[in-house]
Amino acid sequence: MSGFWRSHRAWMAPTLFILPGALLFGIVIIMASIQTIWVSFFDWDGVGAMQWVGLANYAQLFDDPQFYVSLRNNLIWLGLFMLAPPLGLALALLLNQPIRGMRVMKSLFFVPLVLASVTVGVVFTWVYDPSFGLLSLLFGYFGATAPALLSDEHFVTFAVVVAALWPQVAFCLVLFLAGLNNLSEDLIGAGRVDGARGWPMLWHVVLPQLREVSFIALAVTVIGALRSFDMVAVMTSGGPFGSSTVLAYQMYEQSIFSYRFGYGAAIATVLFVIMAAFIAWYLRTLLKPERESA
Amino acid sequence: MYPRPISEDSSLRRAGYAGMVALVLILWLVPLMAVMATSLRSFEEVMAGNYWGWPKSINFVENYTAVFTQTAMARYFLNSLIITLPSVLGVLVLSTLTGYVLSRYRFRGANLMFALFVGGNFLPAQIMMIPVRDLMVSIGLYDTFYALIVFHIAFQTGFATLFMRNFIAALPDELFQAARAEGASPGQTLVHVVLPLIRPALAALAILTFTFVWNDYFWAIVLTQSDAVKPVTAGLSNLRGEWVSAWNLVAAATIMVAIPPVVMFFLMQRHFIAGLTVGAVKG
Repeated sequence: MSGFWRSHRAWMAPTLFILPGALLFGIVIIMASIQTIWVSFFDWDGVGAMQWVGLANYAQLFDDPQFYVSLRNNLIWLGLFMLAPPLGLALALLLNQPIRGMRVMKSLFFVPLVLASVTVGVVFTWVYDPSFGLLSLLFGYFGATAPALLSDEHFVTFAVVVAALWPQVAFCLVLFLAGLNNLSEDLIGAGRVDGARGWPMLWHVVLPQLREVSFIALAVTVIGALRSFDMVAVMTSGGPFGSSTVLAYQMYEQSIFSYRFGYGAAIATVLFVIMAAFIAWYLRTLLKPERESA
Repeated sequence: MYPRPISEDSSLRRAGYAGMVALVLILWLVPLMAVMATSLRSFEEVMAGNYWGWPKSINFVENYTAVFTQTAMARYFLNSLIITLPSVLGVLVLSTLTGYVLSRYRFRGANLMFALFVGGNFLPAQIMMIPVRDLMVSIGLYDTFYALIVFHIAFQTGFATLFMRNFIAALPDELFQAARAEGASPGQTLVHVVLPLIRPALAALAILTFTFVWNDYFWAIVLTQSDAVKPVTAGLSNLRGEWVSAWNLVAAATIMVAIPPVVMFFLMQRHFIAGLTVGAVKG
């Protein structure tokens, strides 16, 4: 046995090392994601037998007005979330000064990032509270009445996204501060010699050096927008009248509350397709430099 | 540096700048500070609608004691620890192993496997909800700590593998050649060469994984039901429904949920930032 092990350990040891991680990830994450597509072709209450229905779930989905509400809300999330990278960059530029006390203030700016989304949701529910919220105080100061944002079907998604932007901007801030730390002093100096400052300097000298960081900030923001679930669940439960649902939340609701797991899986599959397109683009861009250098 | 540092000479301008940043910071954290203040208020004050002003009386002991004794928060808090700590440990062990193999061994399918680890980690977790929930039900883990621990280890291993692979790949080749020349086995190389050098990576992954798992809400509500298992995030959400008007207590519970990740962050800020920026493919 030990002789066999010694002559084969060169390949057996690494195989044994990688096996637990690969199996666990393969079964729980990869297989489950693929299985979702399979389930979407069935009618299933989550407990009993599965009934093959072919594309019926999809046919129904594309006729479901709620699906388009979710899709539209996901687009609103995506669009508004695009504010996070520029806002994060602006904050980073504000904070990138070697002044005493700045280090502590930077850390405090990062705090929303480590808060649970449930915490952020609860906090912003209070901000938006129509009678005693911060917003109503501000409106009252100007003699106006604040709209009850979370119970207004036109504003509700925007209000939830603004709350979700809070940690997302902090995330982008962290990334851009790291990026600003790695700027080439030579290029900045050369720019200064050429008389560049302010906007032209930012645009022509600084931003090109932040390309990689901006790409990452953009990617985490897109993923964050498509993943949105927690804030919707905590702040509105998709309401009022389903006006603030997103695909992930509609999938959850249909499966867990209505026991329509096949239908839920069809919604998840649509989300999967959107995400897969993005991941393919991201991986191609990410792996390209490695391939070129190899 | 960009923007150009404010001149060392004009201390007035520097003080003015710091003051301005402090003002922005206060605006930035107003919602959180209000929750902290509310966690100190009396019930009467909350009923009167004072959410944003200075607390009229400090009820720190009363409120936090009430949260611990009258609600299940203490139980939820313990549950979160029971779920989070083994998850972090599991992720560190598995990703060290996978990262080591993927960075130091060439084999067929290595690139595909790596791409799956990275790509799978990008997927919105909701996509795999139905099969994962079904899997946990069918193997009898649904509504146990193990369901969450197993899932979190599996999911976080994707990101952690990417992180570890890149970290170990950046270690000098000579070390591994020397280990091979000495006749060290793969296991010995891992323990004696790799492990001592990846401590910073382990620290970064530990704090990141802790934060992600502690803050998770989605899987908490999908994979658990009973109070005996539920972590703080799901617990807080419940509590908010039950204690609709006792906002001072809900605020205190909210602060309790926030404290562990915030404290961990301040203790290990350097590692947290390094981890987030190096491996920032994580949503």
